[in-house]
Amino acid sequence: MAKDLKEIKDVNEIKDLGWDELIPGAALFSFTEPVEDVVEVPMEERPYAPTNSHEWQVGDWRVEKPVYNRDLCIDCQFCWVFCPDMSILSRDKKMIGVIYEHCKGCGICVEVCPTNPKSLLMFPEHTDNAQALAMWPKKEEKK
Amino acid sequence: MVKKIKNLKEFSLSNDRFEGANLMCPGCAHNIIVREVLNATDDPVIVATATGCLEVCTAVYPKTSWDVSWIHIGFENAAVAAATVSAAYEVAKRKGKLPPATQKLVEEGKEPKIVAFGGDGGTYDIGFQSLSGAFERGHNFMYVCLDNEVYANTGGQRSSSTPIGASTSTSPAGSVSYGEKMMKKSMVEIMADHGAPYVAQVSPSKWKDLVKKVQKGFEVYGPVYINAQSACTTEWKHAPEDTIEVSDLGVDSCVWPLYEIINERDEHGIIYSTKLNITYRPKKKIPVEEYLAAQPRFRHLFKPENRHIIDLWQKAVDARWEYLQRREEAGV
Repeated sequence: MAKDLKEIKDVNEIKDLGWDELIPGAALFSFTEPVEDVVEVPMEERPYAPTNSHEWQVGDWRVEKPVYNRDLCIDCQFCWVFCPDMSILSRDKKMIGVIYEHCKGCGICVEVCPTNPKSLLMFPEHTDNAQALAMWPKKEEKK
Repeated sequence: MVKKIKNLKEFSLSNDRFEGANLMCPGCAHNIIVREVLNATDDPVIVATATGCLEVCTAVYPKTSWDVSWIHIGFENAAVAAATVSAAYEVAKRKGKLPPATQKLVEEGKEPKIVAFGGDGGTYDIGFQSLSGAFERGHNFMYVCLDNEVYANTGGQRSSSTPIGASTSTSPAGSVSYGEKMMKKSMVEIMADHGAPYVAQVSPSKWKDLVKKVQKGFEVYGPVYINAQSACTTEWKHAPEDTIEVSDLGVDSCVWPLYEIINERDEHGIIYSTKLNITYRPKKKIPVEEYLAAQPRFRHLFKPENRHIIDLWQKAVDARWEYLQRREEAGV
């Protein structure tokens, strides 16, 4: 029995379904209720519909993940502006962290980070974040 | 209303209207450009997209990555879709028939902005006639070309934007060929010659320049063309993390000069003033070789028998940079 998108309340109901298991031709909505001015509403407060890709995840594309070190960060926001996947969470001009559900592990944030040592580094996906922070490299001397 | 963006920290207060977990490649510059364009304004945005990477990856049934109004019709008519939206909006506004929510935003000074995104295939080749038509009629919209110099969505065929020497799937480099034989089409001048009030070339790595140009484009009335360099990790074959570096190399070697052309027309549509401004001058102009070396699609050019193509590249880039500088000086 094909599912109707109108009756879907949670993204998990449609996550593993193929295209032929859904009733075609449904309108896809970004939000469950009308939002007057999207730009005024921060990501955390938006009423995302299950058909909004924000509710999905692409984290399993990664083999390496960026780990964020708050102690070294200078909040320059280079990682925020150059992140292709809206995965750098930044509020009130402060960098908060990485959204791992949306990060595809491209490594641009690490590449553009200007601090020494870098405040974002790539670690293998299975590494624990606390463990990664413990083995952070020391400052490199300029030659 | 022009959004005030003094520095990157202020820019980072923007709430994205383009969502994550879309299916674009890791490190794709398309996303960076779309984000910077949408975040350049706080006004409502209506987006029309041509078929291409951006369209197929952000609207995979049953999900969408757009929090703005979005329309896709076909490969060749993103410009017409945007032009039609623009014309319909203007009629509705004149007759006072805007939906109440839109009416309220317009009264607050938040005029909707209409933007069309197309790849270089949908702009330089397939979408050219409808783009040209929309510019000739003078609708009020912005067209952003995400120029990755190849048909990346369908497997890397050459387009008329592909530069000489690039190896693509329909112009492969090998023992008898050095790859693409044609020079790149200079789309910015072509669109400027339509008499568009504002035409510019941008690169995502220079975010401030991009945002400023997009804001200028939103301010003028009439069709606006923005040509954006979009490094493609799949077809330029560089590592995903090098996207920004490759874009920077393109800008600093003057392969991708950042400039704008402003046309002023009288009420009969006669252009009485054209002005070209170079908005970014590299402190040190690096050799084109460095830009080519960063992209494996040009790897074969470094073989001894193909070195003459690199010399040709350098000559072409120097000539073009010279031409732009002369135009800027002369104010034409």
